[in-house]
Amino acid sequence: MTDHACQILSVEKAFGQNKVLRDVSMELPKGEVTVLMGANGAGKSTLVKILCGVQPADAGEIRLFGEIYAPSSPGDAFEAGIVTVHQSINDGVVPDLDVTSNLLLDRLTDSTSGFFMSFKKMHEEARKIAAAMHFEVDVKESVANLGVADRQMIAIARAMASNPKILILDEPTSSLSAVEAERLFELIDHLRNSGVAILYISHRMSDVRRIADRIVSMRDGTISGTFEGTPLDYEGAVTAMLGHSMSEVVLNENKRGSAALELKDIRLSEHGEPINLTAFRGEVLAITGLLGSGKSQLASIIFGQVKPISGEMFLDGKKYLPSTVGNAIDEGVFMCPKDRASNGVIPDFDITGNMTLPFLQEHSRFSILSSRKQKKLAQSMVSTLGIVCRSEADEIGTLSGGNQQKVMVARWLQKPCRVLVLDEPFQGVDIKARRDIGSHVRETGDARATIVFVSELDEALEIADRIVVLYEQGVVGEQTTNDIDLAVMHAQISGQTPAGVVAG
Amino acid sequence: MTKGTSKSFKDLAIRYGFLCLLAGLVVFFSLFADGFAGPRSAVFVFQSVAITGILALGVTCTLVVDGFDLSIGSVATTALMLSAYVMVVLEQNAFVAVLACLIMGALVGLVNGLLIVKMRVPDLLATLGMMFLLIGLQRIPTEGRSIATGMRLPGGEVAEGTFSASFLWIGRHRFDMVLEDLIPVPVILFLIIGVCVWVFLELSRHGRLMYAIGSNERAAGLAGANINRYKITAYMISGVLASVGGILLAARLGRGDIASGNNLLLDSVAAALIGFAVLGAAKPNAFGTAIGALFVGVLLQGLTMMNSPYYTQDFVKGAVLIVALVFTFALSSRGRKGGH
Repeated sequence: MTDHACQILSVEKAFGQNKVLRDVSMELPKGEVTVLMGANGAGKSTLVKILCGVQPADAGEIRLFGEIYAPSSPGDAFEAGIVTVHQSINDGVVPDLDVTSNLLLDRLTDSTSGFFMSFKKMHEEARKIAAAMHFEVDVKESVANLGVADRQMIAIARAMASNPKILILDEPTSSLSAVEAERLFELIDHLRNSGVAILYISHRMSDVRRIADRIVSMRDGTISGTFEGTPLDYEGAVTAMLGHSMSEVVLNENKRGSAALELKDIRLSEHGEPINLTAFRGEVLAITGLLGSGKSQLASIIFGQVKPISGEMFLDGKKYLPSTVGNAIDEGVFMCPKDRASNGVIPDFDITGNMTLPFLQEHSRFSILSSRKQKKLAQSMVSTLGIVCRSEADEIGTLSGGNQQKVMVARWLQKPCRVLVLDEPFQGVDIKARRDIGSHVRETGDARATIVFVSELDEALEIADRIVVLYEQGVVGEQTTNDIDLAVMHAQISGQTPAGVVAG
Repeated sequence: MTKGTSKSFKDLAIRYGFLCLLAGLVVFFSLFADGFAGPRSAVFVFQSVAITGILALGVTCTLVVDGFDLSIGSVATTALMLSAYVMVVLEQNAFVAVLACLIMGALVGLVNGLLIVKMRVPDLLATLGMMFLLIGLQRIPTEGRSIATGMRLPGGEVAEGTFSASFLWIGRHRFDMVLEDLIPVPVILFLIIGVCVWVFLELSRHGRLMYAIGSNERAAGLAGANINRYKITAYMISGVLASVGGILLAARLGRGDIASGNNLLLDSVAAALIGFAVLGAAKPNAFGTAIGALFVGVLLQGLTMMNSPYYTQDFVKGAVLIVALVFTFALSSRGRKGGH
């Protein structure tokens, strides 16, 4: 009994008629990392919300160190020693405050601390917390000026610093680079050794392999399998989560057509190597690299958001100079941006409204929208991509992350285009949805060039015919997926090969 | 598809609560206030809210793009003074006066929009500044005096122009409908503008994009919407509609009264915000705004007919607004949305 930090017994939860959790029982042992896996809509997030006091359970009980635990607010959970890093990064930080205040936020809400703050002391303490994470940051910097990865690190650092008894990490690596993720894993190792029970939710197999002591798979609101002992049965866990086993993706050979988009001597920074790239029709090209390698910049240049320092682009042989996003879309260059919550989803709209947004002109006559046309399109996209919903009129917010992502991708697949850019299309998306999206993108890709920006090599291998590696704003490698040398590619991604040597 | 039975009582209450409240209010006053039930009284309610309603429809457009326009009240009073100045001092006809006002409204909206979009001034602050500027500006030509035929101008000469009959027609003419001289022009205008704004916001693709901008500006931009242009358009609509309100006010008063229109800003903003609660929309919408304006009109008319003193009016409006906001934000799930 005592080696379980937390026991969840027959917990149920329903939203209206939708039963999200049915008779869920599991335990979190002390000093072990329990990985929770599940497709989107399996109920992972709901379980986390119940554990950290955001929502109450309808039935069942939770025992914390043997005592009944029923938090009525996130504050209760925090006091009981359950600390959560949520998936949505912006829930974890206050952008208008500096790093110090963010790291010590819990201290500020603690009623026992005094009325006035000693900034010097606070900065010192914050530096200590950051140093423990090997997290290099100016603690006086405002969080608003930091990137996604840094924000995520702050949220995690804060959770770590508050001496949790149970730490819940919901997709913590989704915006971290490999190096940062490794730092996080080291810290998790450390916490595990000091006896903290850790619940780790992730879709990334590489994370799971690195960190898991136990795996609990969830499917359709129930626990579909618990895996313990060494070696862990990863295949079994994935099978339990999906209900059927997923074979490795076999890429059907796509026919490479004419050049659709050519980049000539594009420079992303003053000292950067000029980038020369060609995206061909019928081909899926993946561009990968670490955070800061210039991926996002390149994507925004192609989509007309920013201008390159120098160089030119050609679309079907003609000069392509998009000055706005609208320009790019008119030219037939579509982009599904990364980080859907801030760049994609219109929270006030339903599925249909979200899908048709860029092409309202086609869905209207004399500017007056036709709801019939939109509905028809939405229904067909919902069924081709397998979006799990009650109807195409559901609010976008009621969908799980993977299904929201499908809606975002559907937005840009509804119309043929010349170049389709997908920036991190698999962020926070489970394997099932990822393969659905991937196969649909490949199936429809004959008439256009598809460029996918991903930081996970696994994801690139699954979807692309050709993979290009960026490092420090320059191209350092390129290989075709079917005869890839992974060791070389890993070295290129981490910048261990000088640029230019392996090109071609 | 949704089943009819799955709608809980709470959902129904959120959706139709405010309309029921309005209907209840009408029934109550019809029973207890002598003379409330009747076409003349109904028209009076409409007339009392027509100008505020038109302004409120404008501010609704700015709320849709997640903006705010504090300058509408002063745009309306500026239009009032400008039309009087054009006719009385410059001795121009009604057409020129109306045109000048509309251009002024559009120009103010354009400047507001540019301040917000290009200069990155927050909407509340930009339009607050504009409000001040206009309140002052409208008094400069006449050195702070009201404008009427026969007034002495700063230069010493006497203004000899008059409000033209066709201008006054806009504010005072009544069309026959069943009864003689029943429906005043401002009411017709209010209804027409209401329908137009509703069609624009709810049915047109431009309205859809404006809602998208209000909900997630970055996402709308990355879907190809020209955010700056739509935002500026919203402020221009707001400015033009405010100037229409000012024209109607001038045509009703028949003089450029410096002290009129003080309540316009607060009343119209209240109407737009009350509109959030109508049909459980939890967002700015044209139909709700019109109903919100009518709600306040009915309430004040009824209370006045039951002899409640004039100074309780603002109190009543404030109370209605707060109830409506509670409806919107506490009861409806959309108001609480934002988590995952």
